Amino acid sequence: MNLIPEFDFQTVFAGPWTEDFSSYGWIMLMGFLVATACGLVGNYLILRRMALVGDAISHSVLPGIAVAFIVSNSRGSVAMFVGALVAGIVTTIIIETIHKRSRVKQDAAIGIAFTSLFALGVILISLYADKVDLDQECVLYGEIAFVPLQESVKFAGHEIGPVPVVRMGVVALVVVALLIVFYKELLVTSFDAGLAFSLGINATAVHYGLMSMLSVVVVSAFESVGAILVIAMLILPGATASLLSQRLPAIHLLTVLHGALSAVLGTHLGLWLECSIAGAMVVVGTGWFVLAWWVHLLCNASWFRRARQIRSEPDPAHALS
Amino acid sequence: MSDTSDPNPPPLEIHDLTVSYHKKPVLWGVDLEVPAGKLIGIVGPNGAGKSTLIKAAMGLMPLNSGWVKVFGEPVKKNLRRVGYVPQRESVDWDFPVSVMDVVLMGRYGRLGLMRRPTREDKDKARECLEKVKLLPYANRQISNLSGGQQQRVFLARALAQESDLYFMDEPFAGVDAATEASIIELLHELKEMGKTLMVVHHDLPTARSYFDMLLMLNMRVVAFGETSKVFTNELLQKTYGGRLTILSEVADAVRQAPSV
Repeated sequence: MNLIPEFDFQTVFAGPWTEDFSSYGWIMLMGFLVATACGLVGNYLILRRMALVGDAISHSVLPGIAVAFIVSNSRGSVAMFVGALVAGIVTTIIIETIHKRSRVKQDAAIGIAFTSLFALGVILISLYADKVDLDQECVLYGEIAFVPLQESVKFAGHEIGPVPVVRMGVVALVVVALLIVFYKELLVTSFDAGLAFSLGINATAVHYGLMSMLSVVVVSAFESVGAILVIAMLILPGATASLLSQRLPAIHLLTVLHGALSAVLGTHLGLWLECSIAGAMVVVGTGWFVLAWWVHLLCNASWFRRARQIRSEPDPAHALS
Repeated sequence: MSDTSDPNPPPLEIHDLTVSYHKKPVLWGVDLEVPAGKLIGIVGPNGAGKSTLIKAAMGLMPLNSGWVKVFGEPVKKNLRRVGYVPQRESVDWDFPVSVMDVVLMGRYGRLGLMRRPTREDKDKARECLEKVKLLPYANRQISNLSGGQQQRVFLARALAQESDLYFMDEPFAGVDAATEASIIELLHELKEMGKTLMVVHHDLPTARSYFDMLLMLNMRVVAFGETSKVFTNELLQKTYGGRLTILSEVADAVRQAPSV
């Protein structure tokens, strides 16, 4: 029995870039956009030690979408967006409230908030199954391979691209723009909320702003690519990047690079193994993380550190120890 | 109480301040009027509310009652005149920023939205780093610093804020003697420039020589005045009374204190 499908260079590597580019190009671009948007927002979640909030939101948007369907009786993306966004923000408010107003710690509060909201979503969907054209399987797993089959966005007579890709592209651009505009505010509130307050920067507003951005990113991504890819890409790129650099701007760039490499190589891996492409992208992303970890360990090896320190140590005469 | 039209309102005025944690009062009926240009030590046993007082004065915690005025205005209106040095353990030192980045954060309050630190901000930050003798470390990642260096980064950041009133939460915690000496020298320099400094301090014997004034705190204000007047056997006993863990330390300090 052949456990691993045969490796065929034409199908696995050449095809997606040549005759099949019209579909695999969109898949790779979608993977890259999801990884970039999620990864950049995820960097701040990691720095704020709330990495699992992304996990929570990607599950708890389910009741929001269900309610939006029931209320608006349509699969219109605006209603779905608003529903999911509200659910995402409600999740963060619930987490904050449980954590601040009781002895329950934040990690437990996250666990309570998203499981109960997800369960609520499951119940709503089974109660109104005839009205809601959505199942939780689709929310969790999605399928990035269907992205090129979606309706195309037309602008001034030109076909721009499939709806999910265009939407994700806009979201990714907005994320990058917001991170640039609010760079200082995000940096100082993540590092030292007390100082931020004393500088007149409203840390609470920044927190909810970041959470809203997270909700938008998660919602626009997960329907087409599945929650697993979204959750993974919130953490993996940033975790990988932070092993390789200790400067935030460099970490952001490495995050984008990680996203691009995972999306492209993930597509090839998925084609080779004939498996879920989103799953393959996550596996490749994990591969980069392990590689970065190994590099990190190597750089911290005593012989390497000693060699570097001799070069970079400032003149001790200038400084008190 | 000063009139609102007072041309020189006190740097800090607190009236009937009560603050609690989980329904237990930590500060109770605190009244305080801090004169300008003084180096003030805040002393008291663990749990006396020293850090809470600083946080409440800066508006970092909800107040149960009372009010705080900074230079005659509610603290929110005068935040720019307040500088803050938090406890060193309050931040994650693995955070991916350099020493320079942290000091520049002190300038953020002056920059508007979307504004990047300018050349002047960077010059100012370098000047502050030079003052704490950390300029050669400007491009270091903050995790590659010793405890004393980390404390001095926070001081440089506070200097870069160019405030008139400073709150410092245990700036001497976990630093070596040489650093402690250089920090106290810096605090005196700031005082000479007319700044008001309120410093939470743990060590009683040094408190006596370091500060012009002492605020003795134990949930309430036990005493507030010139160090030479309040560093007495009776007031120290009153501040630390019943706290077994530090009794020997107090006894040492009291032995050196003039009896009343």
